[in-house]
Amino acid sequence: MTVSQAHFCDALLDPAQPVPDGLTDGNGRPTTRRFNVYRNNVVVSLTDALATGFPVITRVLGRENINGLARLYLCDNPPDSPLMIRFGKNFPDFLSNLPQLAHLGYLGDVARLELALRRSYHAADSEAIDPATLGKMSPERLMDCRVTLAPAANVLRSNWPIHGIWRFNTEQNAPKPVPVAQDVLITRPGFDPVPYALPPGAATWLAALWQGETIGAAYDLALDDHPRFDLSAPLALLLSGQALISLTPKD
Amino acid sequence: MSTTVKTIAVAGAVAAAMAATSSSVSAQSKEKCYGVSLAGQNDCAAGPGTTCAGTSTVDYQGNAWTLVDAGTCESMDLPAMADGTERKGSLSALERDLPA
Amino acid sequence: MGDGGRPLAQLRSLSERFPISVHGVGLSIGGESPLDEAHLDRLAHLVGWLKPASFSEHLAWSTHGGAFFNDLLPLPYTADTLNRVAAHIDQVQERLGRRMLLENPSSYLAFDTSTWSETDFLAELCRRTGCGLLLDVNNVFVSATNLGTSPQAYIDAYPLHEVGEIHVGGHDEDADDAGAPLLIDNHGAPVIDPVWRLLDIVLERTGPKPVLVEWDNDVPDWPVLGAEAERAQAALSRVQA
Repeated sequence: MTVSQAHFCDALLDPAQPVPDGLTDGNGRPTTRRFNVYRNNVVVSLTDALATGFPVITRVLGRENINGLARLYLCDNPPDSPLMIRFGKNFPDFLSNLPQLAHLGYLGDVARLELALRRSYHAADSEAIDPATLGKMSPERLMDCRVTLAPAANVLRSNWPIHGIWRFNTEQNAPKPVPVAQDVLITRPGFDPVPYALPPGAATWLAALWQGETIGAAYDLALDDHPRFDLSAPLALLLSGQALISLTPKD
Repeated sequence: MSTTVKTIAVAGAVAAAMAATSSSVSAQSKEKCYGVSLAGQNDCAAGPGTTCAGTSTVDYQGNAWTLVDAGTCESMDLPAMADGTERKGSLSALERDLPA
Repeated sequence: MGDGGRPLAQLRSLSERFPISVHGVGLSIGGESPLDEAHLDRLAHLVGWLKPASFSEHLAWSTHGGAFFNDLLPLPYTADTLNRVAAHIDQVQERLGRRMLLENPSSYLAFDTSTWSETDFLAELCRRTGCGLLLDVNNVFVSATNLGTSPQAYIDAYPLHEVGEIHVGGHDEDADDAGAPLLIDNHGAPVIDPVWRLLDIVLERTGPKPVLVEWDNDVPDWPVLGAEAERAQAALSRVQA
């Protein structure tokens, strides 16, 4: 019987297991260090992948901690696709649920922001509408329109200052994050995703647009959420971020 | 808010948004973007890539982990603030509706 | 393999100026599990618009039970493996509508149950499926050293007429349990002289073939990398009429 791939896998991810039988160095000597090359390739390459995919989390916790966390994460969450650009989709929940990190409540949401930025980077290209189109429409007609947003655009809500934490760990001389809740809009004008902190109510408006509400209905929902909601700020972000790709009248 | 007031507000918002947009880079040239991103800008956003190479760093052992002081989390000094917010809705519910 | 953005724009731009060789790492051609249809679809889409000069994959497996291990894992060379790999190659070639090349792996160990030599195994795969081969000369050197065989003997036994592309690369040196040299194919160092000599031997017999220098870990400054490429070009020039 030759060693099955199932057996090989079990021993790959668990260094406490013995090396499978039936492997040889060509001379009948022990193969532990040889098998360990594969164990090492798997764990180190996936640890590097996690650190590369979550640079801010890696900076916040330090690389030593990521190395240890990756071992724990990989046991239950090996990649489920050869597309490494998608690796780590359960990492935010993993961070949120780990007792040792319970005092750093923001980690999960910061990791969600990093995943969303990566998703945006690889999202399909799209052609934005000319902002002048909006000016040519009556406000009544505009409010009755549904919109299509760019595949590379994304909105996140958080109880934590995720934008501030992201900036503090990616920009030189960025201010220290202050403890406020922050919603974030990601747009990708061209090829580089950019996260923007949203003013109150804006995430509600954007989320409603994504759910297929008209601009006007989404506006009402945003006002319910925040009575002083200002439409111009998120609208300007959508236009400058080339995130608005079509307007469709409701009827 | 009455429909008339809302209409005026929307008209104002569109005008303001368009003014803000025209002064920004509304049509970023894709030509220059065929190059590599500016250092530290967003190249990390690409995430990991696959390689057919092995590694010579030896680091496969151990499935135990204890948090050590190593990163910037100490210097950020963010207190637990889960109660200090009036946020409605949840991230996961929102994310579910977003395009993949 | 993403949906858009800079990586695809760069690839599109490069493909307008150069022939592209697509080198896969994720198909798990040697896997006991069926091929990942979604991945095969993505690959077919990419190959469809990019129209690369060549598509290659590895004689290895990397996925089992839905988990992808991000490494090229070894196979026993048996009749069972041969049937399975041949069926997978048939499936890939049919789906892509083109011939693929299969690369010899870097081996750190072998299987007691193997009944075929790697060279005969590869030759038989070519015969059964019509696929071609990508000869990684560094992998030949690494495997031969690790398993106590001769790289020259490997090249002598290898079906060189099937070669469509050649790789060279750097490796690292460790030691096994008995203290014997254990070479690790890490693509993170200069190509060593014995591998360059092996390349010369191969090129003399195959004639000019596309040669790729694989250096994708600890990538050095351009002058160092460029010098490796020039050395490969010089080896090619020596066999060009």
